[in-house]
Amino acid sequence: MIAELGHFALALALALALAQSFVPLLGAARGDARLMAAAGPLAGGHLLACAAAFGALLWAFAVNDTSVINVVQNSHSAKPMLYKLSGAWGNHEGSMLLWVLILALCGGAVAGFGRELPSALRARVLGVLGLVAVGFLAFVLITSNPFGRVWPPPPDGQGLNPVLQDPGLAFHPPLLYLGYVGYAVTFAFAVAALLEGRVDAAWGRWVRPWALAAWSFLTLGIALGSWWAYYELGWGGWWFWDPVENASLLPWLAGTALLHSAIVVEKREALKVWSVLLALLAFGFSLLGTFLVRSGVLNSVHAFANDPERGVFILGLLVFYVAGGFALFAWRAPSMAPAGLFQPLSREGGLVLNNLLLCSMAAVVLTGTLWPMFADLLLGQKISVGPPFFNTAILPLAVPLVLAMAAGPLMPWKRAQLWPVLQRLWWAALLAALAVALCFAYAGVRIGPALGFAAAAWLVAGALADISDRIALFRRPAAAWSRARGLPRAAWGAAIAHAGLGISILGMAGMGLATDRLAALRPGASLAHAGYEWRLDRVEDVIGPNWTARRATVTVTRGGAPVTVLTPERRFFPVGRMNTTEAAIHTTWLSDLYAVMGEEEGGTAVLRIHHNPLAPWIWLGAVIMALGGGISLSDRRIRVAAPAPRAGAAARA
Amino acid sequence: MRRLATLALLGWASLAPALGVGLPSEMLRDPAQEERARAIGRELRCLVCQNQSIEDSEAELARDLRRIVRERIAAGEDDRAVVDYVHDRYGDFVLLRPPFSAATALLWGMPLLALGGGGLALLLLRRRQRAEQGAWPEPAPLTPEERARLAALEDDAAR
Repeated sequence: MIAELGHFALALALALALAQSFVPLLGAARGDARLMAAAGPLAGGHLLACAAAFGALLWAFAVNDTSVINVVQNSHSAKPMLYKLSGAWGNHEGSMLLWVLILALCGGAVAGFGRELPSALRARVLGVLGLVAVGFLAFVLITSNPFGRVWPPPPDGQGLNPVLQDPGLAFHPPLLYLGYVGYAVTFAFAVAALLEGRVDAAWGRWVRPWALAAWSFLTLGIALGSWWAYYELGWGGWWFWDPVENASLLPWLAGTALLHSAIVVEKREALKVWSVLLALLAFGFSLLGTFLVRSGVLNSVHAFANDPERGVFILGLLVFYVAGGFALFAWRAPSMAPAGLFQPLSREGGLVLNNLLLCSMAAVVLTGTLWPMFADLLLGQKISVGPPFFNTAILPLAVPLVLAMAAGPLMPWKRAQLWPVLQRLWWAALLAALAVALCFAYAGVRIGPALGFAAAAWLVAGALADISDRIALFRRPAAAWSRARGLPRAAWGAAIAHAGLGISILGMAGMGLATDRLAALRPGASLAHAGYEWRLDRVEDVIGPNWTARRATVTVTRGGAPVTVLTPERRFFPVGRMNTTEAAIHTTWLSDLYAVMGEEEGGTAVLRIHHNPLAPWIWLGAVIMALGGGISLSDRRIRVAAPAPRAGAAARA
Repeated sequence: MRRLATLALLGWASLAPALGVGLPSEMLRDPAQEERARAIGRELRCLVCQNQSIEDSEAELARDLRRIVRERIAAGEDDRAVVDYVHDRYGDFVLLRPPFSAATALLWGMPLLALGGGGLALLLLRRRQRAEQGAWPEPAPLTPEERARLAALEDDAAR
């Protein structure tokens, strides 16, 4: 009964979304205030209906209702409650339901927080969001109904893929979807602006919080996925340039560009047309990612449940929304007059460079991801595009981006001079040079990691220089504290996010110096690696709730002093007849000690031991970046949603 | 297989059939040679896997390729010759860094193309804007009085 209610709620959501898409748009076109006013309540009802449907699915998983096919295929009564619930979105149908729920949540947020928006803009934004929801609700109802029944019900479910039974994976999809789907809001704002034929500073200001929120969530989602891959897959790597990873990176790159260009729209009324285009692009990439993951057109380790019917349906949605958006753009954009002249060397110029480089990166990642498919289809050639290509092709774009990242925030608007900026950054450059020297001294001449350390030092020091410059720390130290408190949170957020990237790069550079050893050890034997003694104490059988395992106990000592005990495992899951390896990781501020157990042979066990310097900082840096986004989001200018007199806001900035 | 497929999931799930822990007996005795072999292995694709290098995979084929690479290195061949040997037998598909050719020109050219195309578009746009709105007016440098006033203002702001 609950499942039928969920199904019904989903159908109701589709009906409400249909109304939400047509009534307000019609109202906005006719200037009918009553029709426009319907947008908010419709969005609220649409959200309630989606929440009810999702709640019904959660219920089915929580009570292990085996008459629901989806539960049978993805759950088991013996799983802990967290994984029962996360199993609800750990499959295609459930994850699509989460997708539409988050989309409805975005609509509800626009309706709730957007009361200060001009009524026509608000109606149009909600209408476009409704239109997007219609397509995806139809997709769920027609091709991916999560509430299908099976009769007679089997006694129990088939369990969830063991590698997914993990807290990281439980929260990865919701965060990632908040990011992906958040770009639907900026898309809706862009389409609404095109319908109105007007983009102004106010538009930039309204779009920015949504772009910021989506970006912060996407950053967290990607980082969580990368962290999970690092500790769960047991390869010791953290980014594999896998098509599905790339699919999440593309909206991130476009969204980062949008975040920055929207600042220029808000402050200087320049780059308006370009920002609209970026907003269309960011959501287009989100949809492309959804399509790539779910259609199975790409060769990926992450290959999803794939089904041609679903692939074609999503491709249809992708073409409809993206092509529709671009057609509207081609039609309306030429009428939008550019304003806000600036010199190439200026804050605006720096942000244009940022956009150019980020979009070039996106172009490289997009081409690299899709090219094998096109080469096969069009030229009949089978080629592979792997990490060596991406690393080579992205580096020349990343270097100037990092260089400009520290300098850009120090430049004034409209026109800048290079010399004063360099004067404030000389010590950052010095630190970067020092980082290179230290890296060479510690690890020998290794260009890649040295570049990374230099970039990290440069970015963190650049962020410090930015803040100390804004609060006049050295020029007027007495007033610095009061200036620091008066500094807009957006400025703090930007500096923190930039420093966060620097910290992430620090971790990546450290991983560039990672070393590993493979050895077959008898119990009692030990080996030395990275200054540590690793002794295999014993290998034993362990029985878990739904698996059995061989567990190695490895005692790590340094100069005789105990450091930690690692227990890597090889687990066997009889239900799916699957093996997994559980890496054992000891994390410190300076490094990860990481052990994986391999096969056993003739009384010896194979151990692979990694020493990963600075590895945890990769993900900590990402969290700091998202934190910067959050702080920026709490800026007064954004919190006070009313379009305050522009003069005041601009003068303070 | 279908069961496995339906078990797979969004985002990052992997169905890596077996994880490449490897066997020490496969390794070369000379650490320098082994390091070279691994560097080469990371550039070669495990043909039956999904986007894994032969160093990361436990598939039979990956093992065979790892062995071939190590045999040739032990025989004293240089890196180039080893890669060419594998490339000749398995074609472009085995190389994770696709060779430059007519079929990959666009791929390798993309960084330059995107950067150059974007830069050119910016230049043209700027030229047009200037033609429409007139040249950027050069503001006169500040007079001494203006400088003094500016300094006073800054003092006020700092207090």
